[in-house]
Amino acid sequence: MSKAEILGNIRHGLKRGEASQEQKQAVINRINAHTRNLVPQRAQLPHEEQVALFIAMATEAAAEVYQLESINEVPQICANWLKEHNISSLVTASDASILALDWNSVSDLSCEQRVAQVGDAASLTSSFAGIAETGTLMLHSGKDSPTTLNFLPDNHFVILKRSDIVGPYEDAWQRLRDKTQGDLPRTVNMITGPSRSADIEQKLQMGAHGPKDLIILLIND
Amino acid sequence: MEIHSPEFKEKSRIALHDVNLQKALSNLKAGFPVKRSTAVARMPEFEQLRDEATALKNHILENLDIYLEQFEANVIKNGGHVHWCRTPDDACKKILEICKDVDSKTVTKGKSMVSEEINLNDYLQKNGVEPIETDLGEYILQLRGDHPSHIIAPAIHLNLEDVSEIFHEKHKRPKSSDPAVLMQEAREMLREKFAGADVGITGANFLVAETGSTIIVTNEGNGDLTQTLPKTHIVVTSIEKVVPTLEDMTLFLRLLARSATGQEFTVYNTLSTGPRRTGDQDGPENFHVVLVDNGRSEMVGTEFQEMLRCIRCSACMNHCPVYGAVGGHSYGWVYPGPMGSVLTPQMIGIEQAGLLPNASTFCGKCESVCPVRIPLPKLMRHWREDEFSKHLSPKAVRWGIGGWAFFAKRPGLYRLLSTSSNLFLRVMAGKKGRIKKIPMAGGWTDWRDMPAPSGKTFMSQYKSRKQS
Ligand code: SF4
Repeated sequence: MSKAEILGNIRHGLKRGEASQEQKQAVINRINAHTRNLVPQRAQLPHEEQVALFIAMATEAAAEVYQLESINEVPQICANWLKEHNISSLVTASDASILALDWNSVSDLSCEQRVAQVGDAASLTSSFAGIAETGTLMLHSGKDSPTTLNFLPDNHFVILKRSDIVGPYEDAWQRLRDKTQGDLPRTVNMITGPSRSADIEQKLQMGAHGPKDLIILLIND
Repeated sequence: MEIHSPEFKEKSRIALHDVNLQKALSNLKAGFPVKRSTAVARMPEFEQLRDEATALKNHILENLDIYLEQFEANVIKNGGHVHWCRTPDDACKKILEICKDVDSKTVTKGKSMVSEEINLNDYLQKNGVEPIETDLGEYILQLRGDHPSHIIAPAIHLNLEDVSEIFHEKHKRPKSSDPAVLMQEAREMLREKFAGADVGITGANFLVAETGSTIIVTNEGNGDLTQTLPKTHIVVTSIEKVVPTLEDMTLFLRLLARSATGQEFTVYNTLSTGPRRTGDQDGPENFHVVLVDNGRSEMVGTEFQEMLRCIRCSACMNHCPVYGAVGGHSYGWVYPGPMGSVLTPQMIGIEQAGLLPNASTFCGKCESVCPVRIPLPKLMRHWREDEFSKHLSPKAVRWGIGGWAFFAKRPGLYRLLSTSSNLFLRVMAGKKGRIKKIPMAGGWTDWRDMPAPSGKTFMSQYKSRKQS
């Protein structure tokens, strides 16, 4: 009932009945065109400058960015960082590039592939894209990338390949559509720096409910 | 939330004398406007983005029914459900029904102003379901039995001391005045609640017709835990939030954080599209969208249609001298500030909310910062006209305007009167040129001196210049 009344009110306000087939088709065409609105200049730089902008913006948002020559350095970097912070366990996603990592060299670190649980100290995931204009990571859910890993642990490591850095958000949406043939994964997470809140006297405090540290491992590929 | 808008004047008077509130409000004035203007300066295309966003919202509203049906079809296609609710009562009932269906005892909640609008927490509580607010500000308010006074900084009216006291009392831990310690305390207290809830309720900033997705924008990550851990995710939102595509959503996101907190981008921008997919290891199994109308559909085609462009950024209240002086609670209902002064009469009736559109100096600051260029002062004037034509405005106002109209229609009399009162006021003001008290105008002179008219009236100056 409610639906008919709400739509009826809207149509009454628009001084028409149900939209004609033509009007509906025009809307569907507009949707399917995926036309971009204005894309700011700063998001249209050459790739090298995009990478530099991504690093600057992510750092400004209080993420830590480490530049790695190869993905094989990931276990050692994670182990060093965790050791410094007195953490001895890591929960990881199970995508192909993480599964291929060799953790034997860092034997004092216990590593598990599973969803996150309350109390987990650190997680490692891959990201789908990096968006230069605001230093934003784009991650999405899937059978090998549980979403809880992005929010529940206290510290979050994210692998990002240099070649996956794009200028504007729109490029990332297009890549995602291409990858999934238009069927979005259950969730897409855009993450810009670690969790924070200014709800007490408008003073910014880091580490509200999500990770207190966001560590981006930028791989030269 | 109970309606207290008719008490706007009393509440404002108390607020102006409340030292603690004034201290808390000073944090707002020093914060958001400065941060916004820095962020705007860093985005040279900001004004163009505002123009595009305004035009896009207008296009959406002209096709609102079509976009809503597209959105609904795509939610269903992805395995979710959409519930259309005309009234707050319909929405509360539907949400309770979903909770009961999964035998839910507790629900966690992300920040949602629509849930305040429909008074959801009270309703759930009365019916045996315990709602737990998880946004830090909302959590503090829930412990205090308080309500938000701002749409994005709900606890802006409180000081550190208030938080420290309530945490000490409710958490039974040693008292701390360190905001970092207090936040850590809230984090720990809520961890188990996130995991233990059967249902998670969030709002939505936008609904994407193309994909049937909802998006929330948060800095804390509480909304994400709220919607990821429980078995059922309910999105409670309203009909004007639909946008055509991901690209269109992006346009609004570029404006939202900059206009609101002055951030380049909010920390977490999260899209939800249906329940967990085959093979997913986590995420909710049920996905419901509760679409609330509550008077919005009736605004389409009226002079208030433009208000439906609002993206709830809060810039208008952050820059409003009235909000900055009296705070959000004075407005007496859910939505404060300029946007509230336009929306509240629509939702609770002009009979109850008549004072709100009158509480404006018409300085125009709100309109000048609104990312979707809503002519807030003009819309407030429409409500004043509506109030006047329904004979709801106070007698003094009606007589005053009636008296003015009498003289305005008789130019000779009008000039005589203005010349003589000009003279009278100057005599009253004496050498200082300021008047400390005018009988029956205490509303002005109790708070500030009235400057004496500085010279001759406009008409007499006009005459003498024309002659020379
Ligand atoms: S009216 Fe404009 S400025 Fe105010 S909250 Fe809405 S969009 Fe923001």
